[in-house]
Amino acid sequence: MTDSTIILSTQNVGKYFYEPEKFKVLTDISFDIKRGEFVTMVGKSGSGKSTLLYLLSTMDTDYEGTLIFDGENLTIQKKERLAEIRNEKIGFVFQFHYLLPEFSSLKNVMIPALKLGKYSREEIEEKAYKTLEMLGLRDQALKNTSKLSGGQQQRVAIARALINNPKIIMGDEPTGNLDSKNTSIVFDIFKQLTSEFNQTVIAVTHDNDFAKASDRIIEMADGRIIV
Amino acid sequence: MKKYKHNINAEIAYTHLFSKKKQTFIAALGVTVGIAIFIFMNSLMNGFEVASIEGLFKSTPHLRIYKNDALSKSLIDSPDSTKVNLISNPKITSENKKIINPISLLKTLKNEPEVMGVTPNVSGNVFYKNGDSEVSGRVSGVIIEEQNAMFNLQSYLVDGGYANLSGYQNGIILGVGIAEKLNLKMNDNVTLTSALGVNKLMKIVALLETGNKAVDKTLSYINLPVAQQLQKQSPSYITDIYVNINDFEKAKTLISKYENLTGYDVEDWETANASAAAANKMRKMMAFAISLSIMLVAAFGIYNILNMTIMEKLNDIAILKAIGFSGKDIVRIFVSEAIIIGIIGILFGLILAFILIILMGNMWVGGDIGFFPIRVFPKFFGVGIIFGLVVTFFAGFIPARKAAGLDPISIFRK
Repeated sequence: MTDSTIILSTQNVGKYFYEPEKFKVLTDISFDIKRGEFVTMVGKSGSGKSTLLYLLSTMDTDYEGTLIFDGENLTIQKKERLAEIRNEKIGFVFQFHYLLPEFSSLKNVMIPALKLGKYSREEIEEKAYKTLEMLGLRDQALKNTSKLSGGQQQRVAIARALINNPKIIMGDEPTGNLDSKNTSIVFDIFKQLTSEFNQTVIAVTHDNDFAKASDRIIEMADGRIIV
Repeated sequence: MKKYKHNINAEIAYTHLFSKKKQTFIAALGVTVGIAIFIFMNSLMNGFEVASIEGLFKSTPHLRIYKNDALSKSLIDSPDSTKVNLISNPKITSENKKIINPISLLKTLKNEPEVMGVTPNVSGNVFYKNGDSEVSGRVSGVIIEEQNAMFNLQSYLVDGGYANLSGYQNGIILGVGIAEKLNLKMNDNVTLTSALGVNKLMKIVALLETGNKAVDKTLSYINLPVAQQLQKQSPSYITDIYVNINDFEKAKTLISKYENLTGYDVEDWETANASAAAANKMRKMMAFAISLSIMLVAAFGIYNILNMTIMEKLNDIAILKAIGFSGKDIVRIFVSEAIIIGIIGILFGLILAFILIILMGNMWVGGDIGFFPIRVFPKFFGVGIIFGLVVTFFAGFIPARKAAGLDPISIFRK
């Protein structure tokens, strides 16, 4: 617990679904993730890997067991504090990108940083442009996200997850909508973040090549960790 | 840590409102209609109520002070209290309708703070004659300036002016019903015969139409001295004192005060017009019930449309929460959206209500009412604004609060 090399630790985490009937989706999940690790989670659909990722991201608080993140016990935090943690320390990429449809790509990327308020608006805008450029989206920056293609939206969502330099980046199939060229761009970015900036990446994926190239694979089946 | 305060909540609210102008407009329209109907219906009810009560006070004062009929008493009471004074066949005394020393009484009454108007009156029964035809009725001897100030007599005159009466001692303001029956017009003469057999030839200086047939067929106004002569009485003879106060609703509570003050009987308008008073009370209760129902309907309408607007944004709420916005931020964003929609809606609602009231007020009803008695009551516009703001606040707050409490994932899963 006091090991400062560990960013995220789960202890006996379990979760139930109650509909259509009571069903245990996650059983006795315990593992540690080190700072700077690039972890992928694999498993068949229904194995509970996405559900686990949502718990880790603090977006789902209905579970048993304990989560420790960056030296803080998440399980006992109030919702307001969890929101702060999500804003500052966690970058999340959804399977269905989930961008705000009324805003431009640039604004979507900027909003978490504006919320955090660590930098001035100009600094944030510059950083957002840089991140979008890195993902090949500079020319789409001022377009409304509803006018972008699925792959472009996915990359905007990744840029949004990176904007606050989070301690951990979580992705639910972050490359699911991307072609091989963009997939390798995103992979390289994640690799660089973990190795050079000591940020941590956890990604759920169905892409075996993607998983194999990561530092560590967690394989799940029937709500348990196999490997 | 937090060095800059970017007003991102306001920015999001603003973008939501302006990127979907049509939706914002429709939501605001919901508020507009609710507020406009609320103000309009309340003004309608109130205007109707005021008009009804004004109709009553065309000829009835708020309070009437008079000397009640009394049976004659024995001149000397028996000193022995065990014995009963007995007068066989007692009569109503002839002197007792008179109010003694009316001048000082009028002065005393005028000094009461709530009194708006006081005027003496001599009323009696007469026959109106023109040739062979005759009509029985009541004549009211008045000081015409005071009478006009209290009852706004001028507005019921269809021909001539009230001031004609003060300029012509033997003038008469005749009810149109009487004039019709006797085939009389302006400037014709009519003979008045009192119960005491006094005849007076009067000249018609104005015609009166209150709209109440029973009044128009019987009532006329003449100068006070002429009425005294018809009763064969001196210039100090007064049968009634009419009192108007600042709030007619308080009339009943002042009866005992004035009875003590004057020593005479006091009758309030509600007692004098029991059925009209009951109708007035009924109207008031009805107005209250209608007002309350409209409030409920309008509130529900506004709540529904705003609730819907927020529920459509449920996915956005989950996204905002996922990227670190707290429940409080969410509530702030959506309450400010609701309030802005509310303010826009209220502004247009006030304008719409104003237009509706003006349109309604230009509708001709006829009779003694004229135009439909609706007015712009600032009170209802004020209440409408407050009502609109309170409802839009809660219409934003309640659904936003509900959505803000959810885990983002539980929204995405739906």
